[in-house]
Amino acid sequence: MPHASDHVVELVVFTLLFALVSVMGFAAARWRRAESLDHLDEWGLGGRNFGTWITWFLLGGDLYTAYTFVAVPALVFASGAIGFYAVPYTILIYPLAFLVMTRLWSVSYQHGYVTPADFVRGRFGSPTLALLVAITGIVATMPYIALQLIGIQAVLKVMGVTGHLPLIIAFAILAVYTYSSGLRAPALIAFVKDTLIYLVIIVAVIVIPYKLGGWNHVFGGAEQALAQPNPKTGQPKGSLTLNANNQLQYITLALGSALALFLYPHSLTSVLAAKNRDTIKKNMSALPAYSFLLGLIALLGYMALTAGIKPLVSDGKADTNTIVPSLFDAMFPDWFAGVAYAAIGIGALVPASIMSIAAANLFTRNIYKEYLKRDATPAQEATTSKLASLVVKLGAVAVILFLDPQFAIDLQLIGGVLILQTLPSVALGVYTRWLHPWALSAGLVAGLAVGIGMLYQIPNPNNGKEHFGGSAYKLSLAGLDTEKQIYVGFVAVLANLLVAVLLTAILRQTGAPDTPDATQVGDYTIDRAPDAPPPAATGTPATLSGD
Amino acid sequence: MSSTQPPEEQHPAGEKRRQSDSSPWNWLLLVPIVVPLCTPLFNDKSPELLDFPLFYWLQLAFVLLGVGCTAIVYNRTKRRD
Repeated sequence: MPHASDHVVELVVFTLLFALVSVMGFAAARWRRAESLDHLDEWGLGGRNFGTWITWFLLGGDLYTAYTFVAVPALVFASGAIGFYAVPYTILIYPLAFLVMTRLWSVSYQHGYVTPADFVRGRFGSPTLALLVAITGIVATMPYIALQLIGIQAVLKVMGVTGHLPLIIAFAILAVYTYSSGLRAPALIAFVKDTLIYLVIIVAVIVIPYKLGGWNHVFGGAEQALAQPNPKTGQPKGSLTLNANNQLQYITLALGSALALFLYPHSLTSVLAAKNRDTIKKNMSALPAYSFLLGLIALLGYMALTAGIKPLVSDGKADTNTIVPSLFDAMFPDWFAGVAYAAIGIGALVPASIMSIAAANLFTRNIYKEYLKRDATPAQEATTSKLASLVVKLGAVAVILFLDPQFAIDLQLIGGVLILQTLPSVALGVYTRWLHPWALSAGLVAGLAVGIGMLYQIPNPNNGKEHFGGSAYKLSLAGLDTEKQIYVGFVAVLANLLVAVLLTAILRQTGAPDTPDATQVGDYTIDRAPDAPPPAATGTPATLSGD
Repeated sequence: MSSTQPPEEQHPAGEKRRQSDSSPWNWLLLVPIVVPLCTPLFNDKSPELLDFPLFYWLQLAFVLLGVGCTAIVYNRTKRRD
């Protein structure tokens, strides 16, 4: 085990950078100052007024989380080529989202929607469907926040910092400045986070392969290491390319993950904070810069294999999430390793903050305002959201402290499958009102059932778990005579769509009553005039029309 | 930013409407969605580029494909004021 006394320089650099962004988080309340933060458009969406650059940093900071930076190379380290799915995944997401997200921005701007469930409520007029979408969103987001803590924890472990206190302090500071500054805090901190990440990775992909004797040694060494049989299964751990059995998994995992990412409430929060349609469209072509970076980060897994990095063992379990920090520890001078750790640590704060805001907004708009206090004023909404964001982060810390962190990883795996089930009502809903709200609700529930049922069946031979051992479903489990694997979320969303379409056809045929649609065709292409003031500043409260 | 202020009456709510966001250019977005999913295109080690196996350099190159296609669609469908 590493000892903190050997990592003094790293700890000092890490702490200094961490302190810097904490100050920025509090100062953000004054940045691009609004009249007051007592409105959800201000606290939760930064005034819906962010331009191209801020949105680029914010969305980049939001979508590419610390956990991504730690877990993707860990997967490449453990399994080889399959882990590189993160690259096609983050390429195809932007052309997919290009039209859907701009339409969703327009209709949300027009009607003051803050959450995906707000949109569903207005579009389909069904409080039940909106509640299902909101709960799915909250349940999927919570473990994602907890995972950000695992990112920080991996770094602290390598620096020899033990105990939970540092983690609690970090999250307490985060909670307080998110409470006081809202979305402006992660937006401002994202500048530091992304600058540090770019710096660290560019240095890493130049220095580390140089030290290892060039890229051909990186790939060659990794290939040899991956060819070693896994002691648990007797099969090779992986290879540099896909085999016949995991190609379908690679494709469905990339596509399924891409479809899911913009359905996460926190992605929509950053999208809705943009000031106009052009801002979003420009970002859809500028954000792949991060995908390129992520591809390089994935290759850190191979560098770790070649360098012979071993994951740290705690409580008898090898934690592969520690391989990236361990690699930095072995390859960089102490002060730069400290910078790299800070990049990961700060990389956890930005998404954790946005996610807690998104989950809090879902609670406020779609549970509190819908069911508990229908006449809530904008100021009351903002207060409720601020408090809810504290509760959400408290919950995330509790999961890590009192439950096994593995539990958070399992939940996040399930969360990705769950959030994908909101695709028909949110993403297709932007284009068509044909699907009946009852059918959408039934499809969502069916998709959740299929997804959770399939995940339950998947064992993990590496850690001896019998259930929820991964998201790669062997088709032989379903009685098919093949060794091929497929991504669970993909199957579940197909089941969801099938139910929604069939049931809609039956309901339309039998003339079942439908609920009103509060949106009009033109709402989906509306844009803000160049000089228009932020919506919240005009004094018109954001309302859910169609009630 | 336009050089002349639009008259207030024309945009009472500070917003602009137009009928549709459909355009034949949008079909170009399918290219960077479909190509990165065609595993037979890149599931090989050779040819290598700068010591990177095909699987890695070609998929990284698809990033440029994504950027290019979305940038073209953005430019071609841009609202002209």
